Amino acid sequence: MAAVDVKSPVKKSRGIRLFGHRMPLSAQIGFLIIFINLFLMIFAPVLAPYGEGIVPTDMTKWAPPSAEHWLGTDAIGRDILSQLLYGARLSIGLSLLTTIIAFVIGIITGFTAAIMGRWVDVTLSRFADLILSMPTLIFCLVIITVVMAREQGFVDATGVSNAFFEGMVIVLVIGFLYAVPVFRLARAVSMNIVALEYVEAARLRGENIWWVIRREVLPNAVPPLVAEFGLRFCFTFLLIASLSFLGLGIQPPYQDWGSMVNQNAQAIFIGKPQPLFAAGAIAILTIGVNLVVDWLLSIYSRAHGENA
Amino acid sequence: MLKLIGQRLALGLVTLLLASALIFFTTTLLPGDFASAMLGQQATAENTAAIRAELGLDRPVLVRYLDWLSGAAHGDFGNSLASHRPVMEEIRPRLANTFFLAIYAALVAVPLSVFLGIMAAIRQGTVFDRGVNVGALLTISVPEFFLGYLLLMFLAAHYRIFPVLSVVNPSMPLYTRLYVTFLPMITLVLVIVAHMMRMTRASVLQVMASPYIEMAYLKGLPKWRVVVQHALPNALAPIVNVIALNLAYLVVGVVVVERVFVYPGMGQMLVDAVAKRNIPTVLACGLIFAVVFIALNILADVLSIMSNPRLRHPR
Repeated sequence: MAAVDVKSPVKKSRGIRLFGHRMPLSAQIGFLIIFINLFLMIFAPVLAPYGEGIVPTDMTKWAPPSAEHWLGTDAIGRDILSQLLYGARLSIGLSLLTTIIAFVIGIITGFTAAIMGRWVDVTLSRFADLILSMPTLIFCLVIITVVMAREQGFVDATGVSNAFFEGMVIVLVIGFLYAVPVFRLARAVSMNIVALEYVEAARLRGENIWWVIRREVLPNAVPPLVAEFGLRFCFTFLLIASLSFLGLGIQPPYQDWGSMVNQNAQAIFIGKPQPLFAAGAIAILTIGVNLVVDWLLSIYSRAHGENA
Repeated sequence: MLKLIGQRLALGLVTLLLASALIFFTTTLLPGDFASAMLGQQATAENTAAIRAELGLDRPVLVRYLDWLSGAAHGDFGNSLASHRPVMEEIRPRLANTFFLAIYAALVAVPLSVFLGIMAAIRQGTVFDRGVNVGALLTISVPEFFLGYLLLMFLAAHYRIFPVLSVVNPSMPLYTRLYVTFLPMITLVLVIVAHMMRMTRASVLQVMASPYIEMAYLKGLPKWRVVVQHALPNALAPIVNVIALNLAYLVVGVVVVERVFVYPGMGQMLVDAVAKRNIPTVLACGLIFAVVFIALNILADVLSIMSNPRLRHPR
């Protein structure tokens, strides 16, 4: 790496770099997609031509794209562009929240299993095997059915709305289910780190487990976990979208991209592109995140010192 | 080898048993009475008791589980809460439809992905290789319903080559059935082909780096013969494994795809049952999906043991 850098110092300063690695075009496109999505999501109220869930006075159903409605209107005459912008907040926001929950649970249990070892490790690992042996979507549907069947009691007791309750259930259920693969990775990564001398030294010093996790294990486990975060976000994002698409995820009055596809689905049968906009938005964001993840994985799988 | 396979099968059976327990006990995990929660506002003393009797909720949990499991083993999942007919009676035709679609997709996807993977490996670094790789990345990232609606939009609604709805009935001749289910099949193929193709390419390329392949080249063999006769047999274990795992993924993909094409399969049934909180049907569908998924995972293990000489002899 050094030799190349000396030969071409100009080239180095020109390319976009992150963590000291040159970013290929695909990763740059990925980052661009992510930033645009975040920008649109944050500034949705400013950018959206119509308010959230507002039916314009002209009320044309399934209007084709026009100057007034850039992406046309949906089944009850709402502006699709505005809904996409507001839907981004729920779609991306909930997926982020879910991924963070999965990571917090997965990392803590994974590190604990690696450090404690013995029966803690065996119990947690067997349980993880069992959860992973089942298809996530199916298991998710079973849990959702059971929890939702008791929905009314909970709603009456706490006073939250049904739609809010169902959203929270989905976030928690997926957060828990996706904590399992994170647990696996965190355990595997920290197993390697725990075997190193400096961790042993810290434990012999009598540091408690929490300190060892935070100060010795976590900093060294960050790179693979960052790539996993991107990947996990994609899975979460797609799973929530799929649930909403099946009509079992985000419920009205809330609306995410998946439920927009679901609500506009009939338009496709008369040859109108309405459901494709939200589905396309989902596709573009996942492609963007995947491009970045691919690049991150290729960096970490490469031997140290090789040129980026 | 037989011992190792026997162990895997036994382990698989234990997994199946635990999975069924997990699915069943999620229904009992939460506090409160199930029957009254299900009825919500309409809960009166009589109909709560009626539901409780119908579900057998007055018995201890463990007895209910064993009862349900032995029933399930005989194909008896109790009565649907919606129609009050036996769940199995409603599932059977739909299960056949779903299997038909999944097998159709598998028959197309497996040869296609192995072929594309080998071609990409032979032409490593060329435009063809890159094109296939970019295509794979795109189809991996994109949700099933996007691909499905895209195909519907162009091939069914716009050019009218294929029907918009994949309606099938038992009296349909096979070729009509294949034609009607072509679009859902292609959607499923696109979803699973990418992983299988990537793995085929990667494992062929890995074997291609070994000295005996160089030897084969030096003997003057043409490239396709080196790849197909010398590299492929040794690259087979991971490929077979990934194929079986992806067929297991079909089980999940089918739920969304059936919904897109309004195809009368098990996935649709499961989704409807979840929406109506029809617990016996959800449990039955969930268990059947889980059994197929786990069985294919075991198959993946067994096949990779059988196709890899190093795994045939346990340490």
